[in-house]
Amino acid sequence: MFEQIAFYLFSILTIGLFLVTVFSNNILYAMTSLASGMVLIAGFFFLNGADFLGVVQLIVYVGAVMALYAFGMMFFNVTKTIKENNTSNVTVFVLGVSIALLMVLMFAAPISPEVIFVSAAPEPNATNPEAVGLVLFTKYLVPFEVAAVMLLIAMIGGIILAGKKMDQSLTKTDDENIIQKDIK
Amino acid sequence: MDALVVGTIIKIVLVLLIVSALAGFGTYIERKVLAFMQRRLGPAHVGPFGLLQIAADGIKLFTKEDIIPQHANKFIFSLAPVITAATAFIALSAVPLFPTFVIPESLPLIGGAIVPSIIADVNIGVLFVLGMMAAGLYGPLLAGMAQANKWGILGSARTAVQFLSYEVVTGLSVLAPIMVVGSLSLLDFNNAQTGGVGSWLIWQQPIAFILFLIAGFAETNRTPFDLLEHEAEIISGYVTEYSGLRWGMFFIGEYANMFTISILAAVIFCGGYGDIGFVPGWLALLLKVTFFFFLMLWVRASWPHIRPDQLMWLCWKVLMPLAVINIVITGIVVMI
Repeated sequence: MFEQIAFYLFSILTIGLFLVTVFSNNILYAMTSLASGMVLIAGFFFLNGADFLGVVQLIVYVGAVMALYAFGMMFFNVTKTIKENNTSNVTVFVLGVSIALLMVLMFAAPISPEVIFVSAAPEPNATNPEAVGLVLFTKYLVPFEVAAVMLLIAMIGGIILAGKKMDQSLTKTDDENIIQKDIK
Repeated sequence: MDALVVGTIIKIVLVLLIVSALAGFGTYIERKVLAFMQRRLGPAHVGPFGLLQIAADGIKLFTKEDIIPQHANKFIFSLAPVITAATAFIALSAVPLFPTFVIPESLPLIGGAIVPSIIADVNIGVLFVLGMMAAGLYGPLLAGMAQANKWGILGSARTAVQFLSYEVVTGLSVLAPIMVVGSLSLLDFNNAQTGGVGSWLIWQQPIAFILFLIAGFAETNRTPFDLLEHEAEIISGYVTEYSGLRWGMFFIGEYANMFTISILAAVIFCGGYGDIGFVPGWLALLLKVTFFFFLMLWVRASWPHIRPDQLMWLCWKVLMPLAVINIVITGIVVMI
């Protein structure tokens, strides 16, 4: 009973918040609803007894959206509404139709029962982190490693793109030298 | 009603009331300790030893005019303090406070109720508490961005910098003790250290303990890491435009976070509420939390502030490698 109420509450709130994210012209509203929607998704994991995944969802997206805020802060005046440049109607049409098709496919998939099956059943007695670890390091080891390598590549790329003057450290420079640079 | 439910409700109400009140009392202690260390008197005029200063401050906070700046985003502006206070208390709900005990039957109404040691016993307590405290930083971030004030924007930019700096260190420093204990539940941490002072994890993981304390100071934005509202540089940072009760909520949230970090340090590294000799467990925990609280004030009195770039340098180039090396060594030792 409580679980059903909680499920519908979380669903309505999540969908509503993500709708605000898409439709709002205000950066602050869009990002705040994105962050709270991501946090509320953790609620679904908690409802299904996957506490560990729920907390991971919480920690990961709190950090990720925080970085988005930093970009929003740099590029926009966050207290004003943004006037969006209307892109071509063709793009809007193609995107809208393809997303609608995707949604129909997603919602229609569970109609045939063969589509849904458990590919890796969790150990019956394992605790949450153990179950995740067992699946991750046995059945899904290759995708896990590939994802790790991709993240490593992204990190190195980020460092190369952003890392000019890596040999100089602002922290290690004397205060007098920093002040002199500012004057010049 | 179920005995456990009654006990839990009692505990929730008590924690809410006591921690909110302690935030007030904490300021008094903070002022007195700082004054003692800097050879001043501190609050001395209102009541005996200035004790009623808390009441005076409280009345001032409650009756102050609530101002919302003209160009601010009103909704987000009023939401931000609630986020800070709420997440601080949600984090506190998954922390073991005292041993589980039963209220004596002789008491009317609530007799026989079981008061649990944790309000919400999630079996991944450590991660939940740290995640909730991380979510609490959305308070300062949103507050700074919503108030249409340049000092506020600087404050929230510094929030993002601070968050991106210390978050890695917090996670990695807690990972080593988790590997030693083999569980994410704070109750297991407590039960693993019941064998007296010698069994505390601080002796096995001294580096992790120090790293956790440093990251905890950054997490609760205490000096030397209080970049968010460093009054000498950016007026008051994210709280520049706040007044009255909204400001008070930030304040209560910050003090609740200080208690959470103190309790976490006590439970993860210093034996939690296990008895020490003749000292009963609940008193031992209180003493430890008081010590860590005092440590925060002590550090504030004796260390200067640092710059944001220094914080980032410290966290990523000094503390994170240390934490990783600590984890690798712990892993090898645990495997052997």
